[in-house]
Amino acid sequence: MSNVFRAEGLGKTYPGVRANDDVSFAVEAGEIHALLGENGAGKSTLVKMIYGLVRPDEGQMALLGAPYAPHDPRAARAAGVAMVFQHFSLFDAMTVAENVALGMENPPPQPELSRRIADLSQGYGLPLNPARRIAALSAGERQRVEILRCLLQNPRLLIMDEPTSVLTPQEAEILFATLRQLAEAGTAILYISHKLEEIRSHCDRATILRQGKVVGTVDPRAHSARELAAMMVGAEMRLVDRSGRKPAAPVLQVRGLSTAGGEGVALKEVALTLRSGEILGIGGVAGNGQEELLSALSGETPTAPGTIALEGRDLSRAGPEARRRAGLLAAPEDRLGHAAVPEFSLAENTLLTAGARQNLIRRGLIDRKAATDFAQQVIRAFDVRTPGPDTAAGALSGGNLQKFVIGREVLGRPRVLVVNQPTWGVDAGAAAAIRQALLDLAAQGAGLIVISQDLDELLELSDRFCALNQGRLSAPRPTEGLTIEEIGLMLGGAHGMEVAHVPA
Amino acid sequence: MMIDPLSVFILLLGAATPILFAALGELVVERAGVLNLGVEGMMITGALAGFAAAHASGSPALGFIAAAVAGAALSMTFAALTQFLLSNQVATGLALTLFGLGLTAMFGKPYEGMKAPAMMPGPLGLNWMIWLGIALVPVVWWFLSRTRPGLILRAVGENHDAAHGLGYPVRRVRILAIGFGGALAGMGGAYISIATVLQWTEGMTAGAGWIALAIVVFAQWNPWGVLAGAWLFGGVTVLQLRLQAAGVAVPVQLLSMAPYLATIIVLVLISARQKFGRSGGGAAPASLGRPFHALK
Repeated sequence: MSNVFRAEGLGKTYPGVRANDDVSFAVEAGEIHALLGENGAGKSTLVKMIYGLVRPDEGQMALLGAPYAPHDPRAARAAGVAMVFQHFSLFDAMTVAENVALGMENPPPQPELSRRIADLSQGYGLPLNPARRIAALSAGERQRVEILRCLLQNPRLLIMDEPTSVLTPQEAEILFATLRQLAEAGTAILYISHKLEEIRSHCDRATILRQGKVVGTVDPRAHSARELAAMMVGAEMRLVDRSGRKPAAPVLQVRGLSTAGGEGVALKEVALTLRSGEILGIGGVAGNGQEELLSALSGETPTAPGTIALEGRDLSRAGPEARRRAGLLAAPEDRLGHAAVPEFSLAENTLLTAGARQNLIRRGLIDRKAATDFAQQVIRAFDVRTPGPDTAAGALSGGNLQKFVIGREVLGRPRVLVVNQPTWGVDAGAAAAIRQALLDLAAQGAGLIVISQDLDELLELSDRFCALNQGRLSAPRPTEGLTIEEIGLMLGGAHGMEVAHVPA
Repeated sequence: MMIDPLSVFILLLGAATPILFAALGELVVERAGVLNLGVEGMMITGALAGFAAAHASGSPALGFIAAAVAGAALSMTFAALTQFLLSNQVATGLALTLFGLGLTAMFGKPYEGMKAPAMMPGPLGLNWMIWLGIALVPVVWWFLSRTRPGLILRAVGENHDAAHGLGYPVRRVRILAIGFGGALAGMGGAYISIATVLQWTEGMTAGAGWIALAIVVFAQWNPWGVLAGAWLFGGVTVLQLRLQAAGVAVPVQLLSMAPYLATIIVLVLISARQKFGRSGGGAAPASLGRPFHALK
């Protein structure tokens, strides 16, 4: 029996939620085992139990044939379990070596540790300077720190929580080469993701979770992405309807748009033309100017005169409210705190952006009834699951709030709508509904700019595709016939990584 | 008008000591990610407890030990409120200061007019507390930058979610740091009553706790910077007293204001440098003042 890890009947209940219910599965030595499920399916709770962050209410785990019940992550690490977190658990103000030391039980003295980091990182083709501060590293480099921190402990079971969400396709390939190398050396790898294609091409087995329960353990190569998605969601996925769009006259002209960087990325000479009835997809790895582009278009960051024109009218110096009146609407990435005020009710949240276009404010006074009616309208049209318009925005689940935020703008009948990460952290059903709403809006003649890090989403939605790389926007390419590899190169390739060669 | 630099320096060391203690303690607290604005309250509590113990026992050393215990005990109220009940750290710290000032005003009445026992003299004519304060600077620096517990403490202050994710006891580390800060603040306060003024007066710390808080920012959370800040403040204090004594034609009120004014000017300069200069983001611990709650 070559089981490295086995779970038997694991269960965990939070107030009001059965997060895991009778979960049983096993991971074998040398395999890359995928844990697949929608947001909220219980993947995070499950791995937190394995890593000792959360204690199961019932069930047992076994590691290398022995009973395993870690009471904290240090016990898990001592037993041979290591984890790379989705949101990096790194300390920005500290050096690479200090960060690695914090993840080890008995780190050697700093000079010795630095040498081992340098050796190991070369061996896996993941170059890193141990003396650099985390704050100065790119997302891909930060992930290398996390991985090296795990590798230095020679783990028997390595847990990876959605590791490719911050990587370009090329960087992801290098990551998989590293993982394969580790698996061949006998490490069991538990790989958490909801990206079906990468699981199909790189994982040996997949355990699928739905609503806290195991649906089954399958060979992902033997199933199509659609079949896997159906198992994940529990129903056939509805295909989005792309028909009925006819790109017509230009509605939005952006020319020579540059911003001062400040804390973020500076936009450099961004130019684009958006036609009515068209969806322009903008892809890029996180932190390459996406947020800055959205703020420049929404009016939060004023730009030089003559850079942004809506149907011939220069809006470069106009603020967000003036742009909304003119018909240029935007939905930012951050739902809580940017697109919506968590403590405000949904009705109050409609006032933030729809006040003028829906006549919710008259002579400086709020028309509460109109606001409530409009919120109700959004809730109905976008199937937002909530008790009603008086519910606080922060009480909604991510997917429902996202439907509300997008719906608020879509019902505002924009001439141009700019959205950033419209389906980030949203379950598959809600994501499909949001995508369909965006397509329908374009079919009605609006121009859309969709900024996203989900390349499949961009290929599905957009007519033309641009890449945003370090504040520069590439020339648009028609989406028809564009491959993921070509997009990867447009996104800036592998950012100085090399393919793994020899094991250390 | 003659001001002898050496005698000014010796006096400066004394004037700087209460702030040095309190600021070093607060530095450790803040590096663990906790903002305790109750330094003034813990100092005044230490000043009274230390004075009472020293007076009763005739031993200044016992006085300082009592002050450390009293300061740490008061800080545990803050720890309980902010770490277990997750109260707002700013409001709780302010309350702690008001609480300490009120409590000592009440219990200090019987001690008014009494005299403190003589301080323990140390090498070079400076008392042992001055030496201890200076010695603590490299010790705190070494602890924070060279030891594993220090690394864990900084990790907790930098990113408490990540520290928790790696299995470090965020709350326990913070409670220990708060207690250490309370003990040092108490000793700093006791220095004022036992070694400087030699008696107990209501409200005698006179804002030293707030200066200590400012000096931690001035020091950019670095122990050596705290030493420089405490000496700078001590120097201005001594200098203005000397100028007053020398009868300089400047209103006394302006001179008394000088140390506080100097602190404000320095803080403004540092903020300006951070905002417009090359140094970019400040050195403040990233989790400073943020409450931590782990879902189990």
